[in-house]
Amino acid sequence: MTDFPAAARVELANGQLRANLHHATQTIRAKRAGVVAELPDWEELREAGRGIKADVLARLDEYLVQFESAAQAAGAQVHWARDAAEANAIVVEVARDHGVSEVVKMKSLTTDEIHLNDALAAAGISALETDFAELILQLDGDWSSHILVPAIHRNRTEIRDLFARTIADGPLTDDPSELAEAARVYLREKFLGARMGVSGANFGVAETGTICIVESEGNGRMCTTLPPVLVSILGIEKLVPSFADLEVFLQLLPRSSTGERMNPYTSLWTGVTPGDGPQEMHIVLLDAGRTRVLADEVGRVALHCIRCSACLNVCPVYTRTGGHAYGSVYPGPIGAILTPQLIGVDQAPSLPYASTLCGACYEVCPVKIDIPAVLLHLRSKVVEHKGATPERLAMRAMGWVFGSARRLRFAQRLGRVAQRPLVRGGSIRRLPGPLAGWTQGRTMRPVARESFRRWWSRRP
Amino acid sequence: MFPAEQTCCGQLHLNSGYRDDAAALARRFVEVFGEYDAIVSPSSSCVGTVRELYPQLVPEAARVGARVFELSELLVNELGVDDVGAYFPHRVTYHPTCHSLRVTRVGDAPLRLLRKVRGLELVELPAADECCGFGGTFAVKNADTSIAMLADKCASIVSTGASVCSAVDGSCLLHIGGGLERQGTEVRALHLAEILASTEDA
Ligand code: SF4
Repeated sequence: MTDFPAAARVELANGQLRANLHHATQTIRAKRAGVVAELPDWEELREAGRGIKADVLARLDEYLVQFESAAQAAGAQVHWARDAAEANAIVVEVARDHGVSEVVKMKSLTTDEIHLNDALAAAGISALETDFAELILQLDGDWSSHILVPAIHRNRTEIRDLFARTIADGPLTDDPSELAEAARVYLREKFLGARMGVSGANFGVAETGTICIVESEGNGRMCTTLPPVLVSILGIEKLVPSFADLEVFLQLLPRSSTGERMNPYTSLWTGVTPGDGPQEMHIVLLDAGRTRVLADEVGRVALHCIRCSACLNVCPVYTRTGGHAYGSVYPGPIGAILTPQLIGVDQAPSLPYASTLCGACYEVCPVKIDIPAVLLHLRSKVVEHKGATPERLAMRAMGWVFGSARRLRFAQRLGRVAQRPLVRGGSIRRLPGPLAGWTQGRTMRPVARESFRRWWSRRP
Repeated sequence: MFPAEQTCCGQLHLNSGYRDDAAALARRFVEVFGEYDAIVSPSSSCVGTVRELYPQLVPEAARVGARVFELSELLVNELGVDDVGAYFPHRVTYHPTCHSLRVTRVGDAPLRLLRKVRGLELVELPAADECCGFGGTFAVKNADTSIAMLADKCASIVSTGASVCSAVDGSCLLHIGGGLERQGTEVRALHLAEILASTEDA
């Protein structure tokens, strides 16, 4: 897995990326702040969202079984997938059963997480992304850098050039409505001919077996209503107990994600309705590491996430490096705590450190995930896993020094002597060894000539 | 009182994932400071560590932690003082550090103190609540990202025309000051306490 600092260095060097990101995230941030401030009970809503999710996780076994039987009773076929391979195999099999060679897809992080498109391609089935931004990325062989706005790192001109090269049948300007129209014309044909749709899910209602998706463009509704066969893949943490609970999340989610009071399309469907919509409905309940996250009492709050992306937009790290540096479909602060837990901290040891612990993410999270606390927790797991390292040794040594005021005084004296060759004109411009990173863009103040301790003791 | 036995709160250890070492320092803190009624520190992130995070490491720290205050909190909220009689004839901008804003939550206490300093012109910092990029070991482990954040912070500071940027965290100031100096600006990074300690005759 990629090393965050190294990947970030590459992304930081891309000035266009930083400008695109800065502009886009600042805009969404301001919109979010505006619509959140409107609600007098925002804090209560957040608390309710947190509470519902905590309850779901505490009784997930019951809710899952309840969801399964309700969905089955409504005519859906429910499958359980332990990992990505199992989930992908289920989708491939459904497609093969129907002799389908192309499926239409709505934007879904869960299917990105399990690399469904690659698995389908390997089985000779092409998956067409129908979300505007996902389509852009697919046409260009690029991948998502933001949970909600996957092509946030691309601008209009880049998109115009891409469309002109691929789907447009005439000349194109970079006017957004013209670009949207080009995609619409292309996709409409595809929708009308599609025989199988694939979706993720925002919520699954345990009580009724209902699936809920929220979206902006309406392409999701096309995918879930036009083709006769539909497969929806649902991470097991996506459940809510009852229909009434949606009330809370349908307020929290749009305001936090797009900064809208309500999202343009909210679709809810329960099993199969004869004569209306897909006549064969499959639901895949996906684990893929989630039960492992659930087993960690501190880390499990990461499963509360409703993928609103508010934490990305306010993160000072994400807004500079972009999403690709995180090396996963889940970037930003939530990615930094979710990815290492899903795939194991030993597989992504640099991610828990990809944060200054500034706390901006926690402040905006609609379900109150204390991301900095989980980061600290994961850091201690990384340290545990790595065992004896030079850093471990240095920390031990520092701990030993701080264990006695006498040793600290001695260390300060030592520092004063050791720094002598480094100080030029009152400051240090280059530090050696692992501290060189500091002086890469900052000078360093030398240890003071007189410590506070000494000054204090010689006061009159 | 300055208990001479005090050393470090262990924030660096805790934030880097060395919980055991941090716990040892937390227990030491309780021993050294346990008997005092109020404990003051000029570093909001250290206060945050002791008050908000210690209890998860060593439960007995909660009692002492509740009596730990950041300097401006102690002055304004606990003692009701916002004018300390300081004199500092400079244009100053204030950077609310992340921990003072979101962990220790000192609120506007530092600003209230600065507004009462004679001769001082306080100018607002654009995008003030944005992190400066320090983040402890982050500054070294993720030096490139840290420096990118710092560059934006320095640009905001310089845009105010202030000659001094103040804050209530020495570590962030070390980072910001180092950046300002490296960029060749004349702007200085000064701790709030240094400004409050300035008088007409000194
Ligand atoms: S962690 Fe919270 S803020 Fe971030 S995407 Fe998930 S729900 Fe949204």
